[in-house]
Amino acid sequence: MAEISWPWQYNFPPFFTIQPHTETRTKQLEAWQGLITDYLKATKQSTIDVRESQNSPLFNNGTINRKLSQEAIVTVLEHMAKSGRASPLDKSKNVWEVYWHSLDEWGNMIYSWACDNGLNNSVCTLFELREGEDSADQEFHGLDMNILIKALKTLEMKGRCEVMDFEDNQGVKFI
Amino acid sequence: MDRFEYIDARLFEGENYLKRDKNVKIYDGEDKTQFTDGEVVLTTHRILWGKPGDIPKGLTCLALHLYYVFCLEEESGGVFGLGGPKRIILHLGPALPGKRPGPAVVSPFHFVKFSFKDGIDPAFYKALTEAVAAKAWERTSTAVSPVSAGSPSSSHKPIVPVNSKMRSGIVGIERSIEEQHRATDESITVAFKDLTKLMEKAKEMVAISKNISTKIREKQGDISEDDTIRFKSYLMSLGIDDPVTRDAFRSDSEYYMGLAQQISDMMVAVLMDCGGIMSLADVWCRVNRARGLELISPEDLLNACKLLQTIGAPMSLRKFPSGACVLQLNSNRDEEVAKTTSNLLEENGFLTPEKLSQIASVSVLLARERLFTTERLGFACRDESIEGLAFYPNRFLNA
Repeated sequence: MAEISWPWQYNFPPFFTIQPHTETRTKQLEAWQGLITDYLKATKQSTIDVRESQNSPLFNNGTINRKLSQEAIVTVLEHMAKSGRASPLDKSKNVWEVYWHSLDEWGNMIYSWACDNGLNNSVCTLFELREGEDSADQEFHGLDMNILIKALKTLEMKGRCEVMDFEDNQGVKFI
Repeated sequence: MDRFEYIDARLFEGENYLKRDKNVKIYDGEDKTQFTDGEVVLTTHRILWGKPGDIPKGLTCLALHLYYVFCLEEESGGVFGLGGPKRIILHLGPALPGKRPGPAVVSPFHFVKFSFKDGIDPAFYKALTEAVAAKAWERTSTAVSPVSAGSPSSSHKPIVPVNSKMRSGIVGIERSIEEQHRATDESITVAFKDLTKLMEKAKEMVAISKNISTKIREKQGDISEDDTIRFKSYLMSLGIDDPVTRDAFRSDSEYYMGLAQQISDMMVAVLMDCGGIMSLADVWCRVNRARGLELISPEDLLNACKLLQTIGAPMSLRKFPSGACVLQLNSNRDEEVAKTTSNLLEENGFLTPEKLSQIASVSVLLARERLFTTERLGFACRDESIEGLAFYPNRFLNA
C-alpha cells in the first residue's frame, strides 16, 4: 500500500468532527475531499464502502486516537458528490465511487491525449487506454473500468467520441 | 433613744429657734422613759428637751439632731380617740459614729415618740415638718464650719449623715429603690443617646460608601488599585440601605422596574469584576446577599432582568441558544469574548469548558457558552470524541 504524505489536518483532532460553523465546515470538507482523493489515488482505489472504511487509516488516525464516524463519512462523500467527485452506487449510500477528477475532467483528459497522439477518427479498445504502453505516463492509466466508461460516456454526450461494444470488449472512436 | 445626746442648751451658729412647747414626755419606741413633763424647743437643726426652766438657763439638756428624722407622723391619742392626737412619732435613721454620749447607748427601736399632755400644737407639728424638710444643717455645715473652726463650739458642729443608704426601714428601702430607678433611667438615657449618635454615623457611612462607589465607577485616577479592591470589599459588606420591596409599589410592573434599576446599579461593578458576564443564578445570590433580609424570588429577578433594556441599563439579560440565562454588560460584545477566548485557545493549544472555567474563573456553563460563541464567530473549532468536547483554534480558516 502506497504511503502518502498526510496533510496537517490529519493530526488535528477537530478534523474528525464535522464542524457546525458553515465556513469552517466548508474548509474542513474540502480538506477531506483532497485527502480522500490523494489517498485513493495512491492506493489505486476508486470505491469506498462506508461500513468498512472506519478500519482504513484514511478515516482512523490511531496516533491521536480519532476516527471519522460513519455519518461524518457520508457527509463528506455527499459534499464530494455535489462537485461531481463521488457518487453513491447503492440507494443506502453504503458504497461510493470516488473520482480523483470529475468525469468531465477525465473525459477531457483522455480526449486531449487522443488528439495529441493522432488517434482522431480511429478506434481503440478500452484495454488499450487503461493498459496500453502509449498511455503509461497518463493519469488515467489503470483507471477503474467503470469510471473510464462513465468518463467516455460524458465525452460521448458532448459528441467527441463514440463508445462501441464488441463481443466481449469495448472500444471507443474519437471524433 | 440612742440617737439623743447630752449637750448644753445653746444654739449653734446658723441655728435658729423655731418653736417651743411644754409638758412633753419622751417614749423610746413604745417604752416610757424617765424624761417626762419636760420642755421642748424646736430649732432648725435639733429638738432640745429639758426639765422645765433648764433650757432658758442654758443647762445640760437632751438633743436630737433632725437629720436623724426621715419621717414623722401623728399618733391618735387615747383608746377612744378623744382629745385629738397627742403624740408625734419620729422615725429615725441609725446612730452615726462620733455622736456625743446620750441617755442610752443602744436601743431596739428606730423611732421615738414625743407625747404632749395638752395635745399637739398644730403650729409645732407644722414647724417640725418644715424643719425636717428644709434640711438647714446641710446648708450650714458647709458654709459655717470654716468660721467656727477656732471657736470652742466647733466640736459641736453637726454631724452630717454621709451615707443615706444606711437608712433602714420600709421607707429606707423605698428610697433606695427610688434611687435605683433614677440611676437606671439615667443610664438608659445615656445609652439611647449613643444609639442616636450611631444612627447618625450610619447615615454618614452610607453617604461615604455611595461616594466611593461612584468614584470607583468613574475610575478616577486618584484611587489606587489596592484601594479600589479594599473599598469594593467594604461596599459588598455594607449592602443596600434601601431595598426595593413589593409593598412600596402599586403594580407589579412598577415593582419590577424599580427592582431592575437596583439590580443594574449594584451589578455594574460586580459584572466588571467577573469579565462582564454572570449566570442568572449567581446574580440572584449576589442580589439577595446584598439585600440581606428583603429577599426576592428567582422569578422576580428574571422579570426584573427582562426590563433591564427598557430602563436603559448598561447590561441586559441574555439567553444563549442552549437556554442558559446570563446577565451581560452591554460592552461585553460577542466579538470581544471571541477574541479573548481565541487568545486563550492559542495559548493553551486547546480548551475544554472545564479548563476554561478554571482559567477565566467563570462557571463551566459560562465557559461553554463562551466557547460556543467563539465557535459561532469562526475563531474556534470543536473536537468531539469519547474524551469529551474540546475546542481548538480554528486552523481551518486561519491556517
